[in-house]
Amino acid sequence: MTEEKELFACGHRACAGCSEPIAVRMILEEAGPNTIGTICTGCLEVVSTGWPETAWEIPLIHAAFENSASVASGVEVALRQLGRDDTHVIAFAGDGGTFDIGLQALSGMLERGHKILYVCLDNEAYMNTGIQRCSSTPLGTSTTTSPAGTYSIGEDRQKKPIGAICAAHCIPYTATATIAYPQDLKKKVRKALAVNGPSFLHVLVPCPTGWRFSSEETVELARLAVETGIFVLWELEGGNLQNIKVTKKPKTWRPVEDYLKQQGRYKHLFKPKKRQDVIEKIQQDVDQKLIELGITKET
Amino acid sequence: MKITIGAINDKPGSSKNYKTGSWRTLKPVINLEKCKKCWLCKQLCPEGCITKKEEGPQINYDYCKGCGICAHECTFDAIIMELEER
Ligand SMILES: Cc1ncc(C[n+]2csc(CCOP(=O)(O)OP(=O)(O)O)c2C)c(N)n1
Ligand code: SF4
Ligand code: SF4
Ligand SMILES: [Mg+2]
Repeated sequence: MTEEKELFACGHRACAGCSEPIAVRMILEEAGPNTIGTICTGCLEVVSTGWPETAWEIPLIHAAFENSASVASGVEVALRQLGRDDTHVIAFAGDGGTFDIGLQALSGMLERGHKILYVCLDNEAYMNTGIQRCSSTPLGTSTTTSPAGTYSIGEDRQKKPIGAICAAHCIPYTATATIAYPQDLKKKVRKALAVNGPSFLHVLVPCPTGWRFSSEETVELARLAVETGIFVLWELEGGNLQNIKVTKKPKTWRPVEDYLKQQGRYKHLFKPKKRQDVIEKIQQDVDQKLIELGITKET
Repeated sequence: MKITIGAINDKPGSSKNYKTGSWRTLKPVINLEKCKKCWLCKQLCPEGCITKKEEGPQINYDYCKGCGICAHECTFDAIIMELEER
């Protein structure tokens, strides 16, 4: 039996059960070896490129924390000058490197129209430096810089709508994906790499260490995020949010509680006293988002 | 240690020098009789240490960290986690 070569090798140092390497393996499986990557600081870079080793089997440039998109832009322009139009350029970054510090570089990359797939691996906090909150951290989440306590529900801000912000640049393709739906994710990578311009893929990557769950539950949590509507899988061509196409609709939508209660980062919503008010607020926000996406829940 | 010009690493895939299998406390064991060769475990393993073989999936224990995802996700309960003994 012949097997395609793994482009992300064994021996990397991601925590057991981390979903970042799962996502990267799926993306590279689709992109193939004729790909150049850029990566900024964050767990993915730290676990895969400890000198003198690397887990990558494609050329990869390590950029600073804020500029995976800028470095990718330079690589893309150089490749086009050389007439190498068949080489894919993929910029990898975490949510910190995308939602917060890399937003300006990303916006420039999208606006200039480079033919690059930008992948944001979103584990909803700055994990590599010790679980600090980010503008990607959802309401009610306990992190080391938004700790839950007597007077705090944890993070008190909403998650930034990064997909909508990117799509507002009127780029050809924007999508969300997660590791529990490999076919959906890979199809979106294929579509993104086929467009003639920038594409943005927002991938939810559950983190056992920062979300505080047991390592075997990684894929289950990604699935629960979709089945509860916490993370909706969609794609969009162009900048009109009215045209968003939802790519996965569960047969029955589960209550957000099913997702929250399985994670230590939401433990304070259940113990010592159940915070029904916060759970209801999270549920209402999800319901409102689904209505905006034109989804009606069956009862 | 010699640092190359521009700190260019010219050894792709060299992370394989480091055997992460020593991290494992639980060990996945595949029951090939139950396995239907859907290859879901291979797709979902974070280590990429499951390979396709004629008789079914094969785990490379040099790298398996024992996360348990393969066993947890297998639709046919063909993988169980056993206590690792060394
Ligand atoms: C300019 C700059 N500020 C801060 C840091 C420290 N730093 C390195 S990785 C990191 C967090 C990365 O978070 P994220 O992008 O979400 O990736 P994750 O580790 O969660 O995958 C921080 C704050 C840095 N390397 N450079
Ligand atoms: S802290 Fe989270 S994202 Fe970082 S390597 Fe560990 S599991 Fe992966
Ligand atoms: S236990 Fe985890 S690391 Fe080991 S083979 Fe299964 S999925 Fe891969
Ligand atoms: Mg992060």
